[in-house]
Amino acid sequence: MSKEFTYPEPPMLSEGRIGEKMILNMGPSHPSTHGVLRLKLELDGDLILRCDPIIGQLHRGDEKIAENMTYNQFVPYTDRMDYLAPIANNVAFALCAEKLAGIEITERCKAIRVICCELSRITSHLVGISAYAMDAGSWTGFMYCYTQREKICTLFEELTGARLTTSYSRIGGLARDLPDGWLGNLNSFCNKFLPALDEIDKLITRNRIFVDRAAGIGIITPEQAMQWGLTGANLRASGVNTDLRKDVPYLGYENYDFDVVIGAGGDCYDRWLVRIEEMRQSVRIIRQAIEKMPDGPVNVANPLISLPPKDGVLRNMEDLINNFMVVTQGPDLPEGEAYFEAENPKGALGFYIISRGGGVPYRVRVRGPSFVSLSIAQELLPGHNISDIPVLLGSLDFVLGECDR
Amino acid sequence: MVTLCEITAGAAEASIWGVVGHVLLLFLFSFIAAMVVMTFAGLSVVAERKVCAFIQGRLGPNRTAIPIVAAIPLLGNFLKRNGLMQLLADALKFLFKEDPIPGHVNKFWYMAAPAMFLAPVLIVGAVIPFGVYWSDGSMHPIAVADFDLSIIFMLAISSLTVFGGLMAGWSSNSKLPYIAATRSGAQIISYELTMGITIVTLVIWAATMVENPLNIFEVAAAQSGLWFCITQPLGAFLFLVALFAETNRLPFDVSESEADLVSGVHTEYGSFKFGLFYVGEYGHMALASMLFVTLFLGAWYPFPGCEWPSDWGWISSVLSVFTFLVKVAFMIFFFIWMRWTLPRFRYDQVMRLGWSVLVPLGIANFVFYLVLISL
Repeated sequence: MSKEFTYPEPPMLSEGRIGEKMILNMGPSHPSTHGVLRLKLELDGDLILRCDPIIGQLHRGDEKIAENMTYNQFVPYTDRMDYLAPIANNVAFALCAEKLAGIEITERCKAIRVICCELSRITSHLVGISAYAMDAGSWTGFMYCYTQREKICTLFEELTGARLTTSYSRIGGLARDLPDGWLGNLNSFCNKFLPALDEIDKLITRNRIFVDRAAGIGIITPEQAMQWGLTGANLRASGVNTDLRKDVPYLGYENYDFDVVIGAGGDCYDRWLVRIEEMRQSVRIIRQAIEKMPDGPVNVANPLISLPPKDGVLRNMEDLINNFMVVTQGPDLPEGEAYFEAENPKGALGFYIISRGGGVPYRVRVRGPSFVSLSIAQELLPGHNISDIPVLLGSLDFVLGECDR
Repeated sequence: MVTLCEITAGAAEASIWGVVGHVLLLFLFSFIAAMVVMTFAGLSVVAERKVCAFIQGRLGPNRTAIPIVAAIPLLGNFLKRNGLMQLLADALKFLFKEDPIPGHVNKFWYMAAPAMFLAPVLIVGAVIPFGVYWSDGSMHPIAVADFDLSIIFMLAISSLTVFGGLMAGWSSNSKLPYIAATRSGAQIISYELTMGITIVTLVIWAATMVENPLNIFEVAAAQSGLWFCITQPLGAFLFLVALFAETNRLPFDVSESEADLVSGVHTEYGSFKFGLFYVGEYGHMALASMLFVTLFLGAWYPFPGCEWPSDWGWISSVLSVFTFLVKVAFMIFFFIWMRWTLPRFRYDQVMRLGWSVLVPLGIANFVFYLVLISL
């Protein structure tokens, strides 16, 4: 991620006598780098003079893979991008394809997708703050968060059959409708989650040691945040009032009552506070969605896009052929291109699809928010201590699966 | 003062076999004292895992079983449930793993470091009075050694542990252990100062009560009235904080903070050498608990202003040892409790806290008691 590419690599020791400074490689397998990130650091004692994040160890070529399969077949690959919020990725990809096809999905599908997105926001933020707390030395905060996250994973398992790799969305709808009684389980989870969140809050947020570690560290000014293209909670923590759910409402977010959480100082502590409060707002949205969950089908009634009902497949020849065509050829999307950004837990996840017609995309491009969040590290880290690295990286809350794709 | 060892010394004058017996007994007593510290270290490993599981709402280790032992009806299940066999399994794992020495290390110091880290703990264990017994109408410590400068000895030997960390970090010839070694060296030396000042305050306070205030047993025995944590609350607090820093426990474990330095000075170690470090850490914690109990928490006295009556004979001795061990167990629990509650300081914050808060407070405390005594 050097600013200009030169080969061979330039010598790292920037100035002064050689031997006074030290080059330290952190990663790719290191407990604080949240995945396979490698940081090349130039140190003067404990002070970081230069930082060079080296990414790409988890590159799998997802964008190229997408060109060789149907739209629905690519949904499982989106699970593996931001693997802490898989359903939000599924939904963002489906929304982009639907924008390309000009499909208006059903109201019930929208409400279910909102619930899924907000649940995955909670899981992602829980992992984010738990890793953050652990990096600051509080293992108990980590375990408290994971206890709650496991409960959400159980809800996901009931809904989709998988705890982590959910692959729930389909173009024009969802893989399946809600199971019986699931909304009740969800509601009782919400009721228990808020006190548990308060407990996490009490354990760490006001802890003097934690405040000392996080406050005033890694300050991102609003201008800087926008220049580096930060999105999501990291941008809002810098005091920029922006949220795609409010600014460009999708999935009917305009019908839900919630607040955009913004920070004041843009330091690590603000990023912590914003994530904690966003989880409360997500619970608010989920409760409203449970309350006005519409009835009706979850998939659009378009035989070129979505699968026919299962009992029809078992009885009618036409439905069987239709099922076969949609599964093998993929949903028939028109020619054209579309870009869609969704407000994911890590930031704005954008998909850009070019279609030449048919069920396979011609080109897919992913705008990963983690990539952008990580790129500011090289500007933030110099001037801080080695011990600040875990706190800073934890507060930026990125996922290397999405960064490298 | 007469200790257990000196009782046998009389026999040494009789014959050559008396001398041999005396030396053998010395070894035996040393072995027992080392075993007590080691047992506490081992048990605190188990306690750490169980207490942290309790704090975090988990179960902790409860599956490991040794085939024949686990089949014993009640005991086997008890040991299994409480993770006590996990301890043995871990120790055996450390013993039987391959022990590679990386090619880039300085072999001599690399091998010497774990021993250097563990040995001071066991040596200092010799002066800790685990309890008392009565003989010839006076009170004697149940300790391997009882001599007049035992507090100085304790401070001197326990400072040596810093060399274990420095040697390991330097000889590993690797960057993260090196950073960890410099940090731990600076931290331990800084907090040694606070520890020294609080002990000096304690000694001058004890000097008003006993004839030999540098003897750790006499200082401990001087708490038959009020314990020193009551008469010197600030000193006790500073000593406790310094102990946390000395033992590299959270919130002061900057030198092995796994978040940024992988595993601190142990990064290049594996197998039994790592096991020695591991046991050494818990040995430090157990020893620190013993020191705090001895110096500030009334040693073997059950309650402030109350002591086990001397005319109960050996029952009182047993009770005194029991009291001491219960207090030590509580202190170990306290150490663990703190670790699983608090986040970690940053290195410069630790140093700032040490030099600009604890040392001035310690000096103020010292001056306060100096004035109080001279009045």
